[in-house]
Amino acid sequence: MTNKILFKYIDHPDQDKIATYIENGGYLALRKALKEFKPEELVELIKKSGLRGRGGAGFPTGLKWSFLPKNMNKPIYLIINADESEPGTFKDRQLMEYNPHQLLEGTIIAAYAIKCHLVFIYIRGEFAYCAQQISRAIQEASSHGFVGKNILGSGFDLDIHIYRGGGAYICGEETSLMESIEGRRALSRQKPPFPAIEGLWACPTIINNVETISNIPHIINNGAEWFASIGMAKSVGTKIYCLSGHVKRPGNYELPMGVSLRELIYEYGGGIIDDYALKAVIPGGSSVPILRADEIDVKMDFESLAEKGSMLGSAGVIVMHDGTCMVAALQKLVKFYEHESCGKCSPCREGTNWMNKILKRMLAGEGRPEDVDLLYDVASNIIGNTVCPLGDAAAMPVMSFIRKFRDEFDNICGGGKPYGTISFPFR
Amino acid sequence: MYLSEQTRQKIMELRDRYPARLAAVLPVLHLVYDEFGYLGTDQLDEAADALGISRLDMNETASFYTLFPKHKVGKYLIQVCDNISCALRGADNLVSYLESKLGIKVGGTTPDGLFTLWTVECLGSCGTAPMMQVNDKYYERLTREKVDKLLEAWRNSK
Repeated sequence: MTNKILFKYIDHPDQDKIATYIENGGYLALRKALKEFKPEELVELIKKSGLRGRGGAGFPTGLKWSFLPKNMNKPIYLIINADESEPGTFKDRQLMEYNPHQLLEGTIIAAYAIKCHLVFIYIRGEFAYCAQQISRAIQEASSHGFVGKNILGSGFDLDIHIYRGGGAYICGEETSLMESIEGRRALSRQKPPFPAIEGLWACPTIINNVETISNIPHIINNGAEWFASIGMAKSVGTKIYCLSGHVKRPGNYELPMGVSLRELIYEYGGGIIDDYALKAVIPGGSSVPILRADEIDVKMDFESLAEKGSMLGSAGVIVMHDGTCMVAALQKLVKFYEHESCGKCSPCREGTNWMNKILKRMLAGEGRPEDVDLLYDVASNIIGNTVCPLGDAAAMPVMSFIRKFRDEFDNICGGGKPYGTISFPFR
Repeated sequence: MYLSEQTRQKIMELRDRYPARLAAVLPVLHLVYDEFGYLGTDQLDEAADALGISRLDMNETASFYTLFPKHKVGKYLIQVCDNISCALRGADNLVSYLESKLGIKVGGTTPDGLFTLWTVECLGSCGTAPMMQVNDKYYERLTREKVDKLLEAWRNSK
């Protein structure tokens, strides 16, 4: 059950070099795709595989591709979203650092499938090393004839630009990302029109996550049925779970979709540090609703977590032990969203600022008993009232923290001592 | 004239690289940052002229992105992530430790101009927390011992 796909060669030191990548079966999928498939057949194959986006929303990849208008005389663009910045998430970084060719091969195949001739790989600005790795990989691939004009004699041309971000979380949101490439402040756009119809420079555009695209070569090599047979009924394939916080062995774990959260924390993560007990887990990156310790018997896939009132999101699993103050932990999250709000929609711009103010006042011992309801009220007036999902992302943790740990908020606002801390030892 | 001939040349080459010229703005910001370590208004104006776009467009976009300091900072810009995953592994006390070792508060620069200390949001290094980014490089799984060694090496490299 623990067969790795994306991380299969994680222990091979030279997997990032094209010679090693090819030795390990790399670029066979590209040859196969160009030789044996028409673009439309590839879209069908990816649809059949059940592959869903790994950036957070879990939208079916093949279906997204099929939304592109047919017979249009505008260029089609592909953007690889490598702007990984959801707190608790660090999988795309490792995928790019250790195996840049896997992403590149998937990118070239995806571009061929959607008839795109210009790709942008949008890498978050801080990931300087990732940009170097991908840049070198593109050069190597070009010299092998995998990128450029008439790839492997197929008549298919492709250029790939690396585009480095500027440190803005909002650029992970696809419409803001496109604004960013177009050279403007990255304020989100209203949808519809969806990017597949009107995206970059008002041309049809597909935006896919790094992990999603890294799966493509394996689906070509092994078939749609093989991929669909891994994991759960609707959430198929493997998933890279990013484990962080109070576990003994934090890190990335590639496991079949639907591994249990308990197993992830206690088997793979080695359990909780310093003999503490588990208090809470955020299962899908900082934006998703938190789970209490008694809710961890849940499978880690899109459907199972939704049934529990949370989300798989980016699968950033943040573990907190019972020495953690939930009010202080929430303030860490809220100050992030306040900082990253692009400022376009007032509920998000003003609301995140007010939520942070209220939380800071609680932590300073100046919270009033009515502040807990006030905080919840501000959050519930942000959610659903903004152009892009950043507003929801800021509101969901606030509402779920209060719902599940209300006594901690009431206690601190009633003048009580916090139940824990966020100031952990640095040794 | 602030920009080096080399940077100016690179900016000119970006004029027609993308389907629209404005798309070169963010790559140009990186070029200016790489040369100066920050984005000053004078440099940005020159960069806009070299790229052939309005100075307003350049400044409007530049002011949105927090990756680039807008004023001169220390030779070593220390950025500590204090978001949730790093905080759970001691980031707040890493910050205090750096403050006491450097004799400055967050936001400050040492009098010799060697170090600037900032806190920043999640850098995608949550599994190897606590961490800091110094200029372009990540330093992960930090301990007091590691921080001591790094600071000493940077002080000696003056």
